[in-house]
Amino acid sequence: MTFETIDLKTKLITDFHARESVMNGEAKSAFHQKKRAALAQFDTLGFPTIQNEEWKYSNVRDLISASYNFNTSDTLSAEDLVDLKMPEQAANILYFVNGHYNAALSTMVSSTDQIIIDSLQNAYKNNPELVNSYFDELVKDDTDAFTSLNTAFAHDGVFIHIPDNKTVEHPVILRFVSDARQENIGSQPRNIIAVGKNAHVKIAEAFRTIGEQRSFTNVVTEINVGEEAGVEYYKVQNESENAYHIGTTQVRMLEKSHFYAATVTLNGKFTRNNLNIVIDGEHCEAYMYGLYFPDGSQHVDNHTVADHRKPNSESNELYKGILRDRSKGVFNGKIFVRPDAQKTNAFQSCKNIVLSTDATMYTKPQLEIFADDVKCSHGTTTGQIDEEALFYMRSRGISKPEAMSLLMFAFCADVVSQIKIDSIREYLENVIAEKLSRS
Amino acid sequence: MFALHGVGNFHIRPKLTTFAVNLPRTTYTSINLVMLSINGLRASIEGKEILKGINLGIKPGEVHAIMGPNGSGKSTLASVLAGREEYEVTGGSVTFNGIDLLELAAEERAAEGIFLAFQYPVEIPGVTTINFLKTAVNEIRKYNGEEPLDAARFLKMVREKAKLVSMNDSLLKRALNEGFSGGEKKRNEIFQMAVLEPKLAILDETDSGLDIDALRIVAEGVNSLRSPDRSAIVVTHYQRLLDYIVPDFVHVLYKGRIVKSGGKELAFELEEKGYDWIKAEVEAAEVNQ
Repeated sequence: MTFETIDLKTKLITDFHARESVMNGEAKSAFHQKKRAALAQFDTLGFPTIQNEEWKYSNVRDLISASYNFNTSDTLSAEDLVDLKMPEQAANILYFVNGHYNAALSTMVSSTDQIIIDSLQNAYKNNPELVNSYFDELVKDDTDAFTSLNTAFAHDGVFIHIPDNKTVEHPVILRFVSDARQENIGSQPRNIIAVGKNAHVKIAEAFRTIGEQRSFTNVVTEINVGEEAGVEYYKVQNESENAYHIGTTQVRMLEKSHFYAATVTLNGKFTRNNLNIVIDGEHCEAYMYGLYFPDGSQHVDNHTVADHRKPNSESNELYKGILRDRSKGVFNGKIFVRPDAQKTNAFQSCKNIVLSTDATMYTKPQLEIFADDVKCSHGTTTGQIDEEALFYMRSRGISKPEAMSLLMFAFCADVVSQIKIDSIREYLENVIAEKLSRS
Repeated sequence: MFALHGVGNFHIRPKLTTFAVNLPRTTYTSINLVMLSINGLRASIEGKEILKGINLGIKPGEVHAIMGPNGSGKSTLASVLAGREEYEVTGGSVTFNGIDLLELAAEERAAEGIFLAFQYPVEIPGVTTINFLKTAVNEIRKYNGEEPLDAARFLKMVREKAKLVSMNDSLLKRALNEGFSGGEKKRNEIFQMAVLEPKLAILDETDSGLDIDALRIVAEGVNSLRSPDRSAIVVTHYQRLLDYIVPDFVHVLYKGRIVKSGGKELAFELEEKGYDWIKAEVEAAEVNQ
């Protein structure tokens, strides 16, 4: 049997056992036991097929048909990053190359009494109990094969802990760069973010690729939002034409907390984002914004969950997409209002512009409401550019392509303007403007 | 040829062949400076013919009012001149300063100096009025081979024009027409017109939905732009607007044709007597043919 015929699942399971066999006492740790359980779950579940309702429109066959090197070491220097034109910003910037933390490229500006921030690997070495108390706690019931796979292989990523009553002035920017210049690269970063009571922080995850080979990122981020805390979380994907990305962000909110998320997908061959928010306290406010702009034969799938478990909280969701060429978009937005969650306000909206007859958008709002005193709404629209607006602009002398570009930029601005880290917002505005000018 | 000029000359059934079309530009300049020349214009939407042979000539400096009952084709004429693509031109010609207007895209017509003030201005979320106008001004300058205006000069010019139409500066920074009142939207149309300084302004029912104060402000804006080399077509159902924007000529559009033309006194007559007598005249003429 040649290497190529071994399927990805078998290979990963074999890899896991090979690693385990060279572990010492560590294999008995609670941390590792969680990983073993996750591997067993992955083994049972297997990679999803389109028969799985959650993956109906997103076929991972192509993704799992190749092999990937998950075990590369650091391969990038600062010079290699110049072409990526990463925005400058006074921020805590952490680089992860092929999923591994790279201290040399990273910069910290916030003081350690405001924020404990380290690579997951280091944090676990230095403080195993603290890390273990958060690791896998939010996603352990997840039945997604990719999440289980990530847990089984979680070795690096970031660990962030904000003590109670601290406001982290400078944002935290996590930059995940896949170096696919030589071979197909796989990475499975695991991020754990624990925000204390009445603590506040802005965190961004940015995903980029260098090189033309395939990159496969399977990332999981767990975010605990403490009572009265405020977290802004941005995920920006601007990867290569051969980049496959599966990501789950699992959030738990406690009393009177605020959580803002914006997920922006500008480039990548195949993207699946799961954003799951459990609202486990009263008087919480959750905001979910999303923007996707696929072209060529790119595929972007956003699955979101707002799970209201306690009364008197609010969730607001706005996802917007522009689809060109033969691209495909998927939006699935679930809102659960549990029996106890009276006086819930939950709003959801998904708006799409489909610019080509070969492009397709699948939208599915899914509301399951078990309380009777709630306000919930959802709406999706999928259409072309507003012809009346286009004529109005042209009648003022603005050429058709320029008018289209202005209208689409404005369409995106609803989401982009929500991003409160200046350098990221400006970066996105530039990338979007550049992408629009290519139309 | 000179009969193209609107007054006292209308054709219920124009014979298209009697009009020379596509005259070279120089010929027009030599003939008494006709700015806009519409000859036998026919246009349809979704297979239904709305304009059934319009003839109209406009010289620089003139203001022509187009009046008529609802559904007579007034707004269609405005739309066809501005280049709205839903309408199909099925016959006739339109020449603007010697150029075949019907060959031009909407944005090219704007760059040549045609401006349509919309009956229902469009709300465009996410695009500020100021940014929209800056793009428009510079696109038109580019078309005419001019350098773009720098930010300082553009802002200075825009502030002056805003004052001219009593437009609040704060509206400029807001998304275009979004959440504007009816009056603010119409004022914004006139403000845009002041900024773009068109040669021919077409006002499509600019008076609809305006109270008397807003109407006066809009009219003052239009009047302040009147000059010997600028013309206007004022499309209106009511005579009221013409108290403020006094036209040189009034035309009555009915069933897709100009059926009567006259001076400003025709508007008063219409206000007094309504449109029924004109309808009766047209129907009588149709029977006689």
